[in-house]
Amino acid sequence: MLLIHCPYCGEARSELEFAGAGEAHIARPENITEVSDEDFAQYFFMRTNPKGIHYERWRHIHGCGRFFNAVRDTVSDRFLKTYKTGEPKPDRAEFEGEGR
Amino acid sequence: MVEELVATRTTPLSGTYGGSGLARLVIAGDATRLSVRAGEEALGALSGALDIELPRAPLSASVTDGGYAFWLGPDEWLVINEHGEEMIPRLQGIEAPFSAVDVSHRNVAVTVVGPGAAAAINAACPQDLRPDRFPVGKVVRTVLGKAEIVLFRKEENTFRIECWRSFAPYVFGLLDQAAKDTAY
Repeated sequence: MLLIHCPYCGEARSELEFAGAGEAHIARPENITEVSDEDFAQYFFMRTNPKGIHYERWRHIHGCGRFFNAVRDTVSDRFLKTYKTGEPKPDRAEFEGEGR
Repeated sequence: MVEELVATRTTPLSGTYGGSGLARLVIAGDATRLSVRAGEEALGALSGALDIELPRAPLSASVTDGGYAFWLGPDEWLVINEHGEEMIPRLQGIEAPFSAVDVSHRNVAVTVVGPGAAAAINAACPQDLRPDRFPVGKVVRTVLGKAEIVLFRKEENTFRIECWRSFAPYVFGLLDQAAKDTAY
C-alpha cells in the first residue's frame, strides 16, 4: 500500500484517502481578459508531463479535506516530499541523486 | 376534531446488535451533532458556547460527560452531544465568523467493543491501530471499505465509528462479518 504523508494531519496515511488534483504551482493570469487565446490555452490545457520529478497537487479528501502539494517521481512513483499549500516550491536540486 | 399526527423519526439499524464475542457491535444512541467550520479567532467563543474545547492539535479530541469534539481538519470539527441538547441556539451572538450546521440525523454511530475490535475494523480500514500509533483519544476521518467514517478510540478496546446514515447498513454489515471472522 502506498503511504502519503499529509502535512496537515502530520502523519502518513493510505493512498485510499487521497485524490490527485493535477500539476501544482500553476498560477492563473491576473489579467485574464487581456490574455490571448494561445496564452490562455497554454495556461489552461498544457502541462509539463515530465519523466522524473513532478510537482503536483493532492487532496486528503477522506481525511482532513485539505489540498497540499507533493513532489513525486513519476518513474518510481515515490513521494519525495509533501508540503502545505502556499509554501515555496522546493528546489529540484534537493531531490537529485537521492537514490529515487 | 382533528387528530394530531406526529411523525417519529427512526434511525437506520436502531437498536441493532451484532458482532462476535471478541468484537461486539452496538448502535450508539441518538445524539445531536454539529459540523463546525471556524478560524482561529472564533474558537474561544465557540468552545465557551458549546461548553467543550475545540481541539487545536491535529487528530485529537475533547471529551466531556456525553460530549465529544473531534478535530477533522485545520478548520473543521465534529461536535457531538449524547444528551441530545440543541447546540445551534447557544451559538447566537458570536461575533467572529464561523459556520455551524446541525448534522444530527446525517450520521449514525456504531460502537465496536472488545479485544478483537481493532482487528475487526482493520478488515476494511487502512489505519494503523496499534496502541502506540493510535492511542486512546485519537480521532481520524478515514475510509472503511467504500464508506467514509470518523474513527475515534474511546478506550483501549472501544471504538466509536461515525458514518453517514445511508452508509450505515453497509458499514454495519462489513463490521459484523469482520467481527465474526476475528472470532476464529
